[in-house]
Amino acid sequence: MGLELPKYPEMEEDQVFNFTDSEIVSHVKQALASVLSGDNNSYNQLVGVMHHSKHLAPDEVALLETTLKALAGAVSSIDITHHDSLLSAIYCMSMWNYGPHVADALAELIVSLAISNGKYLDLCLGMLVSNFTPPPYFLDKLKMPHGLERKGQVLSRVHAAFKKIADYVPLAPLRLLTIVLQGMPTIYHKDRAIVIYVENMLKLESGEIGELVGSTILMAVVDRLIELDVEIGWDAILQDDFSKGIFEMELEDVDDIEESAEPDVGEFRLSRKSLAGNSIAELLDNLLVLTFEHLESCEREGRLAKVFETLLQSFRVTVLSAYKSKFAQFVMFYACALDPENCGMRFATVLADLFVQDSQPQPTRMSAVSYLASYLSRAKFLAASSISSMLKRLVDWCLEYCEAHDGDINPNAHRVFYSGCQAIMYVLCFRMKVFVDVPRLKSELLIPLEQVLKHKLNPLKVCLPSVVEEFLRQAKAASLFTVCKTFIFDGLLESELSRAFGGLERLDTFFPFDPCLLKKCDSFIRPMFVFWSMVKPTYDDAFDDDDDDDGSSDDDLVQDFVNENEDIMNDEFGKSFDEQGVDMDEFDYALKKMSITPKATSNYKFGGRFQEPARMPSRIRPSTSPESL
Amino acid sequence: MEGLSVADANLVMYLHPSKSRNVSQSILRELGSLLFKFNETFDGVLLAYDVNILDKQAKILSGVHPYFGLRLKANLLLFSPKPDMLLEGKVVKLSQESIHVIVLGFSSAIITAENIRGEFKYRTKDTEELFASKSHKRHVIKVGTMIRFLVKSFDEEILHIIGSLISAHTGSIRWLDRHLEEDSKFDRSFNKLKSFI
Repeated sequence: MGLELPKYPEMEEDQVFNFTDSEIVSHVKQALASVLSGDNNSYNQLVGVMHHSKHLAPDEVALLETTLKALAGAVSSIDITHHDSLLSAIYCMSMWNYGPHVADALAELIVSLAISNGKYLDLCLGMLVSNFTPPPYFLDKLKMPHGLERKGQVLSRVHAAFKKIADYVPLAPLRLLTIVLQGMPTIYHKDRAIVIYVENMLKLESGEIGELVGSTILMAVVDRLIELDVEIGWDAILQDDFSKGIFEMELEDVDDIEESAEPDVGEFRLSRKSLAGNSIAELLDNLLVLTFEHLESCEREGRLAKVFETLLQSFRVTVLSAYKSKFAQFVMFYACALDPENCGMRFATVLADLFVQDSQPQPTRMSAVSYLASYLSRAKFLAASSISSMLKRLVDWCLEYCEAHDGDINPNAHRVFYSGCQAIMYVLCFRMKVFVDVPRLKSELLIPLEQVLKHKLNPLKVCLPSVVEEFLRQAKAASLFTVCKTFIFDGLLESELSRAFGGLERLDTFFPFDPCLLKKCDSFIRPMFVFWSMVKPTYDDAFDDDDDDDGSSDDDLVQDFVNENEDIMNDEFGKSFDEQGVDMDEFDYALKKMSITPKATSNYKFGGRFQEPARMPSRIRPSTSPESL
Repeated sequence: MEGLSVADANLVMYLHPSKSRNVSQSILRELGSLLFKFNETFDGVLLAYDVNILDKQAKILSGVHPYFGLRLKANLLLFSPKPDMLLEGKVVKLSQESIHVIVLGFSSAIITAENIRGEFKYRTKDTEELFASKSHKRHVIKVGTMIRFLVKSFDEEILHIIGSLISAHTGSIRWLDRHLEEDSKFDRSFNKLKSFI
């Protein structure tokens, strides 16, 4: 076959061999030692066995296994200079190519080599880290059952090897950390190795050496998420293509449940369509899902609070300072959702603390309050009391600011103040109904707020007109207070003044927790997310029952499509309110058509996770068409 | 155990201006980053420190980044094993080829078969692997035993020690302490006897 088998002592073809392990080990030692005296024959044969990896016959497999085991016993005879060809052959081996027995033997060899001498430690760890990702030909097989089985087999051995090495060389995790971080595939790797690599990193974090390496690894993962995030341009998302008819649904495509080449078939979210071919978005989606699942397992193990502290630090350093991060912040959202009382409150508190600290730079403070506003509005899991206490903090700060500054309207000079006011108004647009009914809140919150809004600094004129308009509309309907002047905005999203306070970074139009446009992510986030359609504005009581579906907290999934779509597309309030009535009529016809195959549709529309119905919001009523018709 | 020492050091630490808000925290962090690493200036691995700021005033270095230099006085616990020193550690792995030891909980050491004196024979007793002395039945080394060994070499980067059990002073600490005491008692009385002769 072109491969010369090493001649083990007394090997004859028709004899049955029964060598003890120590005999084989001593033979290997001899082969290694003979190199020093110039006789390379048996040594070269050994190296040959290592290199032979593809399409092995059973006896070749047995030979490889025996050789590896023997080498493990003979590590003390391996010399770094004389046996470098053997060493490089060993380091190039990939466990993905072999079955469980050879993989075991290889892992054992690597561990023995690593602990025998400090010189080999880094290279052995490096070899194990390179086994995080399968060889290129295997990447496609990963989805198949055979591939998954091999993956489980390899990764369990790799991580077990890390633990063993750490047991005998206590400082190994530190070296491992450096190697893992250096070995992270860049986002430009075509072979998507990064997804499985990050999976391994998260496995390290939750593994037995997790305490030592966990926090650095998590921060590196978030760094990578942000890197991907900033690669997706904002223009890829905000597309104003109204002419296409936002509610066009190709029903025939709905039947095609298989993931076709066109990932957004039947998907009528324009913004998502534009992200459809975007491979970076897909990559980010996959990584975010991995992170979410990891957070879930942390929560099950009771470590979420500790992990959250690392995430918070990472958020402050990386996400907060990134220019308008689009999706990476949902990691925080999901973590808070898993533990609303501790993590949820902690996140809000940290953001509020950042906002009120004078020593923080302006963009940081404005960013923080935008995050806070978006978070308080969108988090379904936050208690009303938490929201009100946060709002109270903001209102108190704004009031203090007003009293300390006696100037006139000046968007540039009081940017932080205006962003604070806008934040308060934004949150109240979503949550006003809650506060209106509680008289104590009315006095604690709304009276000081009135003072702020009526101050000379005139936030109502400077803040984003769409926000102000909606706020005033709801405030009027709830008879909270009246403003002397009427503000005419003409459904404008923004004004010159708002642009001025928003500055170059446009922090006046930054709503970080707007609905997530990444398909798979969204299916995780959805059950804990407040869509604008779910909000019952105070002026709604004035309309007929027909429109009650709008504000129904019962979450009629069909309604969500209508209004969510508006929400994303417009990213503003003006348009959505004005066109609401019109769109409803157009849509109802399509809705009725939809009720034929509701289950499939709903499953598919919600990010296609029909294999795991547990993910779906439990309140789906598949076959109801809107009662209004 | 040899190799451990406490040193009094006069240090000058240069800090970036961004750290000026919380100087003591920055000092601790800087020193913390040196822990468990071999430091050439100290000629040893820093294990622990206790630091005091000598002077509240610090000199600012002129340059692109105006770093400022703080004078500190520190007590440093250093570990610097040199060849032929006797160290003590716990056995974590034992095989016919080698004994693996961990010293002070962070430094790994290996003693290969050729560095174990002929007195010790490898045995397997009830699936437990151990090295037992041929001449002294009670002298046994197995996983969990604290042993005293000689340093052959020390890898400063990985903090990995290559040791040897060739010398007679090496082996299981419990046995050595007990028997050396007896031996020394014997030696003293023998010497006393000698002096009379």
